[in-house]
Amino acid sequence: MKSRSVFQRLAAAPHILWMILFIVAPMLFVLYFAFTDNEGHFSLSNISTLSQYGNVFVLSIGFALIATVVCLIIGYPLAYFMSRSKPSTQKILMVLIMLPMWCNLLIRTYALMALLDNGGLLNSLLESLGLDKLYIVGSDAGVILGMVYDFLPYMVLPIFTAMTKLDKRYIEAAHDLGCTGIQTMTKVVIPLTMSGVISGVTMVFVPSISTFYISQKLGAGKIDLVGDTIERLFKNTSTYNVGAVISLVMMVLILISVWIMNKFSDDEGGVII
Amino acid sequence: MEKEVIIDLTDVSKSFDGEMVLDHINLKIHDKEFVTLLGPSGCGKTTTLRIIGGFESPDTGDVCFDGKSVKDVPPHKRSVNTVFQKYALFPHLNVFENVAFGLRLKKTPEDEIRTRVKEMLSMVNLKGFERRRVSTLSGGQQQRVAIARALINEPEVLLLDEPLGALDLKLRKDMQNELKKIQKATGITFIYVTHDQEEALSMSDVVVVMANGQIQQIGSPTDIYNEPENAFVADFIGESNIVDGIMLDDYKVRFSGHTFECVDAGFGKNQKVDVVVRPEDVDVVAVDKGMLQGTVTSVTFKGVHWEIIVDIGGFKWMIQTTDFVAEGAHIGLFIEPEAIHIMHKSEFSGMYGDYSSFSDELELLSDPTEPGEEDEEE
Repeated sequence: MKSRSVFQRLAAAPHILWMILFIVAPMLFVLYFAFTDNEGHFSLSNISTLSQYGNVFVLSIGFALIATVVCLIIGYPLAYFMSRSKPSTQKILMVLIMLPMWCNLLIRTYALMALLDNGGLLNSLLESLGLDKLYIVGSDAGVILGMVYDFLPYMVLPIFTAMTKLDKRYIEAAHDLGCTGIQTMTKVVIPLTMSGVISGVTMVFVPSISTFYISQKLGAGKIDLVGDTIERLFKNTSTYNVGAVISLVMMVLILISVWIMNKFSDDEGGVII
Repeated sequence: MEKEVIIDLTDVSKSFDGEMVLDHINLKIHDKEFVTLLGPSGCGKTTTLRIIGGFESPDTGDVCFDGKSVKDVPPHKRSVNTVFQKYALFPHLNVFENVAFGLRLKKTPEDEIRTRVKEMLSMVNLKGFERRRVSTLSGGQQQRVAIARALINEPEVLLLDEPLGALDLKLRKDMQNELKKIQKATGITFIYVTHDQEEALSMSDVVVVMANGQIQQIGSPTDIYNEPENAFVADFIGESNIVDGIMLDDYKVRFSGHTFECVDAGFGKNQKVDVVVRPEDVDVVAVDKGMLQGTVTSVTFKGVHWEIIVDIGGFKWMIQTTDFVAEGAHIGLFIEPEAIHIMHKSEFSGMYGDYSSFSDELELLSDPTEPGEEDEEE
């Protein structure tokens, strides 16, 4: 018995070590820097600078919310359609959704930029057709598009999972009791797949609110989100501590949003992922 | 008085993936009756029910409610409600909201909903369960919520798809009585699907026996038991000894090397027939007094009676007797004319009614290619 528990502990050791080194320690560093000044003395002055960054936070939350809503609007019907199609169609759709995820996020964002840029594929096409150019890169819409493109799979997959778990008999029971197609959707399918929606919303909202790369590339540097601000502050040693405070606020924001999402999910279904 | 035909299936066929599940079915269901569709798994009974409910559409034929075709009417516009096999209660709603579901869709006023749900719950003996979550209920309670949820919509016809299948024996018996009572009290036509012959016999006004996608016999429980149409029905409903016989003349049949008086007539002279003798209708007598003689090969105590297997010229008979007979004993058997039922030969002749191997159901259970439960819709 004892030897087995020793073995179990040994098996977990690399992972625990990894977590301490790369998750716990950096968080402690963030905490340390957030409450010290450049000389390493305890200080609350960093906190007082936070007010300057209020706009950035509001903008980031706004962008993340819009991206999440757009993902939901696209993702939910897609997941529904997928769950109701033949297994072969399901497989093809699944691969199409997963395929971009096998490619690095930075490369995907670069590719999107190349497509949408002023001299990119889309605009060359529009030009050759004699139409006006679309200046997507550098606009709010461009950044939202990037977020939706990058994070859509995280919305679709948990909803799809919830849909496939939904017993077909519930839908039949709804029809039987007098529901039209739309009523079946609103009264039965959506409530019973809420756990998937909540997972999806969390998994899109959290990376959206902390993103920095997408806004830099597809915002062409004109749009400054929290992620970008943190990156810039950390690149400069003199603003290291302010960066740490903003990171801390960011973490708290994410924890709050995850907590709210968990409140919404009832204990019955449980949140997927 | 002939009751009104409420549902009329004419020449209905249905196949799934090229496999014929329903083979040109004709069925009339009368108002206020308790009709049971009875048959083994895969016989098409659930598909028939789903066609009536509107969840499947027939490949050929027509379905009429009150004389009007409903082939293109979706389930939510049909005046039927269903109690599903595994109840399909909505897990996100409590008992009250599950039962109130249909009324809310009809925009019934809130206070009327409240009184009607209350009435319905007290009818199914679930007073005080309004706020309970569905997942906290036992199988029997969920069952009754499902019945209340369907009945509150006051359908003309209630469809029940093996509703008692998941309950244990004692509860099943109680629910059988309760369902019958509810059916009488509400006067709603019940169409009940089951593979349990005892359930079918004890609850129904009319039993529809199905096999291989076809209706084998429609009749009252006593008709079905006493006058089975063919070897399949005789074997499926209760226990039967089914032997080959020859109709020598009206009221005269020869089987197992003996000529018997019987009460059936109208067959051709020397026509080959199937003869059914129920195990309880055979009397065990002394060898010299018996019409037939045989050797007892097995004896099983069943409480009220002994079930013995008797070898008569190589054919194994099952006989139920209240007198103990020892294994290996040589006995005589006496059969009264009324105990003999003659049937025409059918596709099922020779497949059933011999107790040399025990039993078809066991073989079916041991067959890996046979699905464990009714799964014909996919």
